[in-house]
Amino acid sequence: MKASVGGYARATDLRHALDLLAASDGMGRVLAGGQSLIAALNMRLSSGDLLIDINRIDSLKGVVLAGDRLRIGALTRHAEIATDPLVAQHAPLLQKATDLIAHAAIRNRGTIGGALAHADPAAEFPACVLALDATIQVEGPQGSREIPAAEFFVDVFETTIQEGEILTAISLPIQEANERQVIHELGRRSGDYALAGLCIVRREARHRIVCISVGPKPELAIAAMARLDEGDEDGAVAALRDGLDPPSDTQASATYRRHLVGVLLQRAIADLNGATA
Amino acid sequence: MNSPFGNPDRPNSYIGKTVPRPNAGRLVQGRGCYVDDMVLPRMVHVVFVRSPHAHARITGIETEAAMAIKGVLRVFTGADIAEVCTPWVGVLAHLKGLKSPPEHAIAIDRACWVGEPVVAVVATTRAAAEDGAALVEVDYDPLPEVTDMMTALDGETPVLHPDMGDNLAFQRLHEEGDVDAAFATAHKVVEAHFKTGRHTGVTLEPRSILVDWNPGEGQMTAWHATQAPHMIQVVLAEHLGLPESRVRVICGDVGGSYGIKVHIYPDEIATAAIAKIISRPVKFIADRLESFTTDIHARDHEIWGRIAVAEDGKILAFDIDDWTAIGAYSVYPRTSAIEGNQVVNLCGGPYDFKDYRAKTTVVFQNKTPTSQYRAVGHPIAVTVTEGLVDMAAAALGMDPVEIRRRNLFADDAYPAISPAKMRFEGLSHHASLAKLVALMDYDALRVDQADAKARGIVRGIGIASFIELTNPSPFMYGIGGARISAQDGCTVRMDPDGSIVAASSVTEQGQGTEAMLSQIVAEGVGVPPSQVRIITGDTQSTPYGGGTWASRGAGIGGEAALQAAWALRDAILQVAGAMLQCAPETLDIRDGAVVDMADGADRMPLSEVGRIVYFRGDTLPKGLPRELVQTRHYTPADYPFAFTNGVQASYVEVDTDTGDVKLLKHWCVEDCGRVINPQLVDEQIRGGIVQGLGAALFEELHYDAEGQLLNGSMADYLVPMAGEMPDMIIAHVETPTLESDLGAKGAGEAGTAGAAAAVMNAINDALRPFGGGVTAMPFTPERVLRGLGKLQD
Repeated sequence: MKASVGGYARATDLRHALDLLAASDGMGRVLAGGQSLIAALNMRLSSGDLLIDINRIDSLKGVVLAGDRLRIGALTRHAEIATDPLVAQHAPLLQKATDLIAHAAIRNRGTIGGALAHADPAAEFPACVLALDATIQVEGPQGSREIPAAEFFVDVFETTIQEGEILTAISLPIQEANERQVIHELGRRSGDYALAGLCIVRREARHRIVCISVGPKPELAIAAMARLDEGDEDGAVAALRDGLDPPSDTQASATYRRHLVGVLLQRAIADLNGATA
Repeated sequence: MNSPFGNPDRPNSYIGKTVPRPNAGRLVQGRGCYVDDMVLPRMVHVVFVRSPHAHARITGIETEAAMAIKGVLRVFTGADIAEVCTPWVGVLAHLKGLKSPPEHAIAIDRACWVGEPVVAVVATTRAAAEDGAALVEVDYDPLPEVTDMMTALDGETPVLHPDMGDNLAFQRLHEEGDVDAAFATAHKVVEAHFKTGRHTGVTLEPRSILVDWNPGEGQMTAWHATQAPHMIQVVLAEHLGLPESRVRVICGDVGGSYGIKVHIYPDEIATAAIAKIISRPVKFIADRLESFTTDIHARDHEIWGRIAVAEDGKILAFDIDDWTAIGAYSVYPRTSAIEGNQVVNLCGGPYDFKDYRAKTTVVFQNKTPTSQYRAVGHPIAVTVTEGLVDMAAAALGMDPVEIRRRNLFADDAYPAISPAKMRFEGLSHHASLAKLVALMDYDALRVDQADAKARGIVRGIGIASFIELTNPSPFMYGIGGARISAQDGCTVRMDPDGSIVAASSVTEQGQGTEAMLSQIVAEGVGVPPSQVRIITGDTQSTPYGGGTWASRGAGIGGEAALQAAWALRDAILQVAGAMLQCAPETLDIRDGAVVDMADGADRMPLSEVGRIVYFRGDTLPKGLPRELVQTRHYTPADYPFAFTNGVQASYVEVDTDTGDVKLLKHWCVEDCGRVINPQLVDEQIRGGIVQGLGAALFEELHYDAEGQLLNGSMADYLVPMAGEMPDMIIAHVETPTLESDLGAKGAGEAGTAGAAAAVMNAINDALRPFGGGVTAMPFTPERVLRGLGKLQD
């Protein structure tokens, strides 16, 4: 199919992008890496969109260390996350996740901001930023605001970004000494969306667990986290499985996914306790 | 016969060597020309509105809004097209009892599957046609769907085509010997239920056609991504009311076919009909999403199988009950009954046993039509046969290699006839198995498997022997009344500069046909392959022939090329003998020059022969033949099919907690007779194996109970990708067919025939110690876990 696009404009800076968005009468679509948006347009899942291309906005790019937090610009590509030394040192979970995201061509274009704004529950980065307790920075006509990751994701493809706002950066606490960050998933083929996945962050004996591909949005597995904080590994696995209501589709049933997350948690715990994590 | 190709040091020894592909450089540089690259003056584009219902009456079509779109020129309904295009019926006389109703290019009154064309929108651009198609309003009155294969014949299931009486399209029962007695007295009987996943071909280039009707000449020209240009010519002529001679089908570069592009598709015929109506070139390119619902599907089978064995492992009998559902129509003109028929023909194929019963039941349903796809029926038959043989071996406590050694047709048993009445001229099962066992170092692999198990790693080894039908004679389609040619021709000519042009009726689909032809012609005439230009894919400028299907291009088209090349060599030497005042038998052509046969001494370049023949014919003796164009045709006649054989092995690792299967390595030893180009053959085998591995682990089209396709995109329908593919070790045994001088049989489908069965047996070898097993493809992580009994609901 041929995309049916309403228009295209390249924003020169963030202000320009916000103005374009404000003038789009609700039809504006922010074009970052385009790895989900362009495919959707080409399948005519949406038409008449006014594309606002933010790829030339330098202020949205790059990774900087600011005190005890890491700021990752929304336009940072997956391939840059994969090789950035600051990410590797301070948020290794994101770097590990890039190995699991699609294929090289997609990682070269796709951006972390785009992945979060798209809010696909099968994607890795939304789960990662929640596990890392990040905040999402957005800019709108009324200025900027920060949204805790736990309040950012609403439903499948739905976030608390408001009409007229643009996601500008991710801010996250840097890894502490002895902190462990692990991601595990299983897909049918390398680069596929996972049948199920799981991120786990252990900071000072406290755990944050977020699953991938098992619900409409990334959520903290509170009950399992509590069991694990108590050192009850089997209880954590049981609590994780009990707390999920995963979807069934042509790749796997809910039953399988529930089983799989338990296996992944067991393996993640083994990693946490090992030296490699 | 005594092979002329045995000595590798012979002159012009291109047959049997890896020769670079003449079209590779062009394709790699992006200079290929596919149908969608073609742009003609006044060309328009057609897009089809397709049925969203599996079964519905069409009660109204509103096209006004579509016509209002800028660029939209015409909108056609089924009734509009039917005015210039007659319907077709996909039956053949030799498939006794096969029935199917008339099928129109665009549905009239009733749509029978999701994706069936209902309205065609023609516009100046594809985008405008899509805009128009989105605004066509079709009113449907949904009808009850038939979607479940196994209940299609039940009394309470609605009859899809009331005129047909029931939902049975075709049934065949073959019985040989006393099967019931064999099972009653056997030492062990093992039975199992198998499923093969419904899949489709997913060609890199989608289906594509561009048709121009020139009323001034009364000629239709179709540029078409097809495997069989002459078959398409016949069909277009017949259904559009044109003389065959006034339809020209041109098949340029094709981006893969795998059997998908050898069938008649309603949208493609509608495109030709529209071109005839509007007298403008019309282009149709299937997009990826519509490909999933409109390219033929295949392999949707459920099979109940039993094997009876004696205490010593001797196979006594097979009993096979195969079911398949083919969509709402039998696909024209090759039908949708061949796949099931092949299962009957091929089960038990490698083995020397006596008592055989096989039945196939082919039913209608409201889904995309199924038909022939690479290795038609073979993967199903091999899966059932090899699955049962392995289960029997396990029941007897016998090694899987040993049970095969005790049952494969002996290498000196030929000619032989199988219980399914397949005739084998010469196969090499034991030599192939021996080579495979050595190649994979079977005993060492068993040790590795045991070592891994001691470390908690679960691995399995699977073997699958197979036979493969190639080089079909007219027994495949011609005897059934289809104008599908089983013969092929080749015209080889020498031009004044001594270069050679060969025009062949077999076609290039990207698999290397032109490379194969160029080296045969080069050897046959006596020139380097670089001096040979190949023409294929044009009904107006090549000899008449079948094209590319059923692994026939090299064996049939190659033999025609060899005979034509030899004839041209003789014709050249006759002229050269006159010029050099010597007997032609004392001369030879080597490396593009006429030489003395005895000592290879240079006599003159071919360009000198060309100069004299074409510009100074007056200097040759009057009456001397100087026909430097020679044509030969070849039809296999001694055997209905040239069967090949082979054996594959798979080594897998199973994660028994997640069910994930990792392919560690794959081996294939196969015997396609004369190997013309080792690299091309190896890569054909590898490509075929990849598609077989797709069947084993990934590919499956899912429908819901209402006949809606649930995973018709590249995101959900998983094709095999490089990351999951194991190293594949390929080797050959060569048993040339004695029917032709070339001795080549087909190689294009053997990889697909046996790969999935080898993987299944490997997984089951891994799972057997846990008391589990799998028989329903593809073997997803979930199915493997369920096979292990680890998921309860």
